[in-house]
Amino acid sequence: MKYSKLTAVSALSMTIAGLGASAQADDLTLCWAAWDPANALVELSKEFEAESGHSMSFEFIPWPNFADRMLNELNSGGKLCDLLIGDSQWIGGGAENGHYVKLNDFFDAEGISMGDFADATVYAYSTWPKGTPNYYALPAMGDANGWFYRKDWFAREDIREAFKAETGRELGEPKTQKEMLEIAQFFQGREIDGQTVYGAAIFTERGSEGITMGVTSALYPWGFKYENTPGSYDMEGAVNSAEAVEALEFYKEFYKTATPPGYTNSYMGESLDAFKSGQVAMAMNWFAFFPGLYADPNTGGDKIDFFVNPPQNQAGSTLGGQGISVVAYSDKQDAALEYIKWFANPEVQQKWWDLGGYSAHKAVLESPEFVDSAPFAGDFLEAMGAVQDFWQEPAYAELLLAMQKRIHDYVVADQGTAQEALDKLIEDWTETFEDEGKL
Amino acid sequence: MARRIKGLSDRAIAWIFVAPTIFLLLAINIFPLIWTINLSFTNFRANRLNREVDYVGLRNYERILTDTDIWLNMQATAHFLFWTIFFQVLIGFTLAYLINKKFKGNDLWTTIIVLPMMLSPAVVGNFWKFLYQPQIGLFNYIVAFFTGKDPSSFEMLGSVDLAPWSIVIVDTWMWTPFVMLICLAGLRSIPDYIYEAAEIDRASKLRQFFTITIPMVLPFLMLAVLFRGIENFKMFDLVVQLTGGGPGSTTELTSINLKREAFEKWRTGYASAYAIILFVTVFGLASIYVKALNKVKER
Repeated sequence: MKYSKLTAVSALSMTIAGLGASAQADDLTLCWAAWDPANALVELSKEFEAESGHSMSFEFIPWPNFADRMLNELNSGGKLCDLLIGDSQWIGGGAENGHYVKLNDFFDAEGISMGDFADATVYAYSTWPKGTPNYYALPAMGDANGWFYRKDWFAREDIREAFKAETGRELGEPKTQKEMLEIAQFFQGREIDGQTVYGAAIFTERGSEGITMGVTSALYPWGFKYENTPGSYDMEGAVNSAEAVEALEFYKEFYKTATPPGYTNSYMGESLDAFKSGQVAMAMNWFAFFPGLYADPNTGGDKIDFFVNPPQNQAGSTLGGQGISVVAYSDKQDAALEYIKWFANPEVQQKWWDLGGYSAHKAVLESPEFVDSAPFAGDFLEAMGAVQDFWQEPAYAELLLAMQKRIHDYVVADQGTAQEALDKLIEDWTETFEDEGKL
Repeated sequence: MARRIKGLSDRAIAWIFVAPTIFLLLAINIFPLIWTINLSFTNFRANRLNREVDYVGLRNYERILTDTDIWLNMQATAHFLFWTIFFQVLIGFTLAYLINKKFKGNDLWTTIIVLPMMLSPAVVGNFWKFLYQPQIGLFNYIVAFFTGKDPSSFEMLGSVDLAPWSIVIVDTWMWTPFVMLICLAGLRSIPDYIYEAAEIDRASKLRQFFTITIPMVLPFLMLAVLFRGIENFKMFDLVVQLTGGGPGSTTELTSINLKREAFEKWRTGYASAYAIILFVTVFGLASIYVKALNKVKER
């Protein structure tokens, strides 16, 4: 706490000093994951370079190594990154371990209001402890797990007739999770244009976060909760509720009956490959990839459409996305804060969306043109209205790895029942919270 | 006293020469070992330097030794160790025996056979991942060709039953040439006159093989087993590339699990205890084995 205050005061004084004499040009390094939106940010940042005189360097790490690489960098007090677009789950560790600069005083001094950003993104990407007005990041990239499908296949008369004969209903975008499974099972193993196709590409990756991000897309719509009372860490009856068990069984059935063969360790890249190679009728992935998918010459354009993660007992989407933070170990915090100030500008945020980034600024999201600005824009808005995130605790990596293990053991490796998997998960998480002194 | 001032004694000179090595040994091996033992009794986390460190006694050891998941990792490691060594010794010795016969193209075949061990484990892992792919993988097609099964009807890396064997196959493919080279050195060290004497005594080829070849190659074979055992006990890169420890935790060897505990979960104290347990296990087994090896050499 003492450290945070000290950091905040230092940051503020450096900002004021920096803004007063911005003649000194710095070379800022921004760290993020290597994916489509990162390229858009490089393009966008050229304006900042022209306006500020600072130059920008970028360190983009492939997703499977992103957390390992960046968390090691932060834990060792490394100076590689001045700015970090870190995953939402890192905010607890970033704040409590003093990795991120607290931005409240800076926001106040510069007139940046968190009220200008979508509430869900401020809550998820910026605040620690959760929901309190203590800000360690500016929402940079809104994101959620969504779905896309082969619109051209869904429109074909022969396929539509076969689907109606089999299920008694019209083929269209699913309105529930169970409808989605039914559609995926319908396509599984079907011959289309002489090629065998499969139902859907879902996340099953074991090593980092894949299967957890996938399975929570089923758990949340069934009403899954991490705790009975927020902040109490009382997980018994919440994590292993009857609804959670049913959702987990559903995800396993989805994996077993409606995904391509060999799909045992798949995440973002494999999902994109499966769809672009014409193997699957539907696929789950982050909205961040949707502009690139729509632009794909083979499976994009008229052949693709998008839908929000369907509800079951309630609406629910898995949160992705990140906030941008100033790294506490950076020697160029004043220039880094200048970048944050520039990035928070509504005009810059509009350009960010136009280039393929997902702005979280209300001026962009609430603009009348937004919904029609891209075929997935409306779905994005809908998804962000019902997002839930994984634990954002400082021990999030330990919590995540426990879930990866328990879920993969049950879904892919056929070990035990859904109830046992969730019961064991509670045991693992309880042990972690006990070690943390929170239980 | 005067002698000491004039020059250094032989013993002192010896110490000066040995001191840098001893210092390096202490700094690189002994100090980290003692430090790890110390950490293994704490709840220290290397990513939480501002958190108070408490001594927890034997709690970390107790947790590890009573954790059923860790015993499953041990079983997976034992399965991997036993079968890779078994196949590598069997095939490696057979290849060495064949290569040892003089025939045309002998050198070329030797070069071709040793190629896999020259590749990076990461490359081999990725390469075999494609070979095992159920829809386009060559391995599945070859199996399908001989069995008549549908190539996409089985998953080498995704099946709980097949995944442990899939990593055994790849490691055997990669490291059998190493065992072969050691066996070849053993076979070539047997003097021809021993076989000539056996011929004069009218010993059959089978008798010569069991009474001359095997006993004389045995120390080399045991050395190969020791090397492969130590290497495979710490196997990491190849298996991570192939299966990531999955499906579930089926191929999660102890080294993979240890890395997750130490550098992903950052339970440094717990991981230190885990490392000490593994160290004692390997050290104990290796000591017994080396004693056996020395006895064989003495015969």
